[in-house]
Amino acid sequence: MATLFDLCSLIRSKNAGPFVLTFDLMFSSQENYERAKRSQPLTRDLLAAIYRQRVDDITLVYHDHAMAIKASMPRPIFQGELEDGDCYGGQQYVPLLQIEVA
Amino acid sequence: MEIKVLAATGVLGAGFKVESLNRGIALAPTFIACDAGSTDSGPAYLGSGKPKLSREACARDLRLLLKARDTLKVPLIIGSCGTSGRDVGVDWMAQLAREIAGEERLHFKLALIKSDQSKAYLKRRLAEQRIRPLFPAPPISEQVIDSSHIVGMMGTEPIQAAVAAGAEVVLAGRASDSALYAAIPLTLGADPGLSWHAAKTLECGAACAVVPAADCMFASIRADHFDIEPLDLNARCTPQTIAAHTLYENANPFLLTEPSGVIDTEAAEYQALSARLVRVTGSRFRAATQYTVKLEGSQLVGYQTIVIGGIRDPYIIRALDTLLPKARAFFDARIADLFPGQLTGKDYDISYRIYGRDAVMGGLEPNRNSALAYEVGVLITITAPTQELANKIATFVSHVSAHLPVPEYHGIISSIAYPFSPPELPRGAVYRFSVNHVVAPDDPYEMFRTEFVEV
Repeated sequence: MATLFDLCSLIRSKNAGPFVLTFDLMFSSQENYERAKRSQPLTRDLLAAIYRQRVDDITLVYHDHAMAIKASMPRPIFQGELEDGDCYGGQQYVPLLQIEVA
Repeated sequence: MEIKVLAATGVLGAGFKVESLNRGIALAPTFIACDAGSTDSGPAYLGSGKPKLSREACARDLRLLLKARDTLKVPLIIGSCGTSGRDVGVDWMAQLAREIAGEERLHFKLALIKSDQSKAYLKRRLAEQRIRPLFPAPPISEQVIDSSHIVGMMGTEPIQAAVAAGAEVVLAGRASDSALYAAIPLTLGADPGLSWHAAKTLECGAACAVVPAADCMFASIRADHFDIEPLDLNARCTPQTIAAHTLYENANPFLLTEPSGVIDTEAAEYQALSARLVRVTGSRFRAATQYTVKLEGSQLVGYQTIVIGGIRDPYIIRALDTLLPKARAFFDARIADLFPGQLTGKDYDISYRIYGRDAVMGGLEPNRNSALAYEVGVLITITAPTQELANKIATFVSHVSAHLPVPEYHGIISSIAYPFSPPELPRGAVYRFSVNHVVAPDDPYEMFRTEFVEV
């Protein structure tokens, strides 16, 4: 069993504007990408549970040319609000690293 | 048909290699462009009007680009001047350009395009129901308009008009990054899908190269494809890095919304022409039936003073969840006592961030209940209506926080290690993003004002 961290060359989170948080998971090979595309380790339901968002508000795309998974959702705390501890949204991907890929 | 585009770097002031620029000059680009702003660094820049990058860093890049433009006699387009693209940012960049022109004996026709939005205009459009939020932005109201500084994000049209009127250097306020690169290709009749997709890929400079860098990129847009490469000969692009760039800072990688329509890259194909050059075909642009201009707004929240410290004692660390609410209750009583009638509970905010526990992910932290760290960092943030009040509140917050009543100990101890004297650090004004909406104008020009200056 491998994790997303094992199969990817880059996993990141980032602002997509002040109100949207976006995740990019770049796979390190075509084989790794196809494996993830087949087994779908990352789903909208799982993301909704981890980040406590409505499933309907989550977009999830498999991008073949980029060999990447792209997910976006409303920012759990909007950028720059008093409670926001991550202005760039750059450290919010960590719960995805150890997700297992069949 | 061939339009050659030189992208200087991801953001003016981030730098680029002189050799890369010189290589780009040798390739005889049709024009040079560079973005100079973003909301990514937070609401402070739009709120305050202050630029993020230093005058020296921006002047360095601007000087090289103005000289390159003078050598080539082609247009230079810079957008979102001064980070936020506010009018003061455009004026700041224009002053830099004038000083550099004087020193380097450069002459050019300069266009300044301003994008600050008047409150009267926005209230009229709001009343006409021609402003709508970009999900999940908060609702807009007259009160939000009155309390916010709001810019409109221009499309290509005001830039195209300035260049058509003879501008050799365009310093634009808030602008779509891609519009800076798409304006001239569209004027020259290039394919809209290819022009916009090339523009979208160029707007971060060599961020889409291997290794990603603040450096120059070059694209050649032809009838049925565009070719793109980094100008540093040691850097390269691959089909994957170019395709992946549509992911960066966007919610949906296939559909990228611009004022005049949507860039659709779903059918795009990426082909390696060499180890470092990629050819892109199949990009489409779907023109919108209604032109929309994005609004960005930032409003003042208050003034902050912060206190930074650390805790090493495990008995204190494990007691924080009970100690901190007690401390907050004490502060509320103390503020009511010291500032009667001046401050209610809604007017100020006192928060503790515990680094080493859940400061980065807050309530979403999955390891919140795992083993305690042997040391934690404490960031105390005090927000109040004035800096003076924030400072005054901070003095007793820092004092009390350093003497928390730890159950295991009888007698006073110092419960937080402060590295600084005084421990309170005034941080100035604090802002929040209040507007992220689109407005439907009558035409692409009515929200922007262009002035021409002979330099």
